[in-house]
Amino acid sequence: MIDVFDIMGPIMVGPSSSHTAGAVRIGRMARTLLGEKPVKAEVYLHGSFAETGVGHGTDKALIAGLLGMATDDLDIPNSFEIAGRRKLKFSFEETELRDAHPNSVKLVLTGESGRKMKMQASSIGGGRIMVDKLDGVDVSFSGDYHTLIIQNLDNQSNLSDVSTALSLARVNVANMSMHRSAKGGNVMMIIETDDPVPGYIVELIEKQPGILQVIHYVKED
Amino acid sequence: MNLDSMQEIVAAARREGKRFWEIILETDMENRGVSRGESLDKMAKNWHTMKEASEVYTGERRSLSGLSGGQGKLMHDYAAKAPIGGEFMAQVIAEALAMGESNACMRRVVAAPTAGACGVLPAVLIPLYWRENLLEEKMLEAMFTASGVGAVIAYRACISGAAGGCQAEIGSASAMAAAALVHLRGGTESQICHAVAMALKNLMGLACDPVAGLVEVPCIKRNVVGAVNAVAAADMALAGIESRIPADEVIDAMGEVGRRLPMELRETALGGLAATPTGRAVKERMASSKKKQRVLTIKDARWRLEKREPQGSK
Ligand code: SF4
Repeated sequence: MIDVFDIMGPIMVGPSSSHTAGAVRIGRMARTLLGEKPVKAEVYLHGSFAETGVGHGTDKALIAGLLGMATDDLDIPNSFEIAGRRKLKFSFEETELRDAHPNSVKLVLTGESGRKMKMQASSIGGGRIMVDKLDGVDVSFSGDYHTLIIQNLDNQSNLSDVSTALSLARVNVANMSMHRSAKGGNVMMIIETDDPVPGYIVELIEKQPGILQVIHYVKED
Repeated sequence: MNLDSMQEIVAAARREGKRFWEIILETDMENRGVSRGESLDKMAKNWHTMKEASEVYTGERRSLSGLSGGQGKLMHDYAAKAPIGGEFMAQVIAEALAMGESNACMRRVVAAPTAGACGVLPAVLIPLYWRENLLEEKMLEAMFTASGVGAVIAYRACISGAAGGCQAEIGSASAMAAAALVHLRGGTESQICHAVAMALKNLMGLACDPVAGLVEVPCIKRNVVGAVNAVAAADMALAGIESRIPADEVIDAMGEVGRRLPMELRETALGGLAATPTGRAVKERMASSKKKQRVLTIKDARWRLEKREPQGSK
């Protein structure tokens, strides 16, 4: 079913929904997943992002998103200057990513506490995005849902703990997937839900044995 | 209801004694589980954004590529100098240019249905709104009408240049705008359909061939043809002229033509205007300036990282 406001809208800073609005959303997603203010960002542009990115302001849009701006923020074109004031250091490079969508980017981020994160994402059209890799693990989620990203040790099965916690809060699960980099490696659970997960449930899940980290991405309007 | 056929929306409107736009509004309420007020408010936000984009346009900005800017202002000034198509038409043209440029210059616009075609709808709505002192309520009705048309086109055919060429972007926007105009002038549901059919027919086959892959040439001026064509189609429909081919069939045909367009003419910047000697020269210029800019940025950023200085390069 087509959303009427996908036809009339979104409200966005131009020029391109895939190369500008989508790039802002990728930056914002990365900031959320990092869970803190980024202080350093290495940006690797792939495919059409590398080729026509400058003309479309893709570079500025990515930094704008990392600074937390929304897709309709008029400061997107000034993001480099604002990054300077907010002490976010960044660099750009062109790269070839394997088996990646033409509009892809890899971000290597360092947060203010020193936390590091690697994310690869693609802008798949109309401003919609897909996170393809997180800290080296192949994943696939879009941010079209509220999303829990749970990292846990492989030898612990937390699936039932997590689903119990979610059903406790009557949160409806739309999609659920498990990913891991190698056999015996840490596991990443991606859970997309129809409703946002209440804070106390996120905390509850965090406290379960074997859970390393829980990030809750709240869908944007 | 499913917004998958113009005919069915019109039938529903007749059955329930409602207008085309109300069916679209109610579909949105049902779809997203929101109240009438919430749905109307969201549309109002789109309308206000369009109006604001038009009001803050000065013509001083230039796009990152340097290809665009200032043409809306030229046309706007010319509107007062007895233009051939009359002042109103000149304003429509000026507004379409201004909005397309605003998009290219990284200003805030409303994608309708896409960012590349964002100028078509405001180009016809805003001048009419001022000239006829229309109520905001009416404008929102017109925008729901337009969204419904866009939804049907997206369902039956496509609305992106990559999928169906420019006919799918500017053509769809033009059909949406024509429907909005017919509603604003008190036309009937069947006149809305004829306007949609005629607007889309007139732009069938239009290639998507953006120079250097940027949403600037020919996109900005294509917004003009979309808007002017919408006015013509709406006027024809209001005059009682009918499309021999019904709207849904025209939409299907557009989808079919889109699928048959070669890949070179679907946003890849490999054919049409993008492949002309001048178009290619622009692309090369962009590539070499990008290299310069990129090298500087990286060096700059590295140097600053080492020196632990805030990054402020442009
Ligand atoms: S030429 Fe292509 S990119 Fe430009 S407006 Fe038309 S469909 Fe959009």
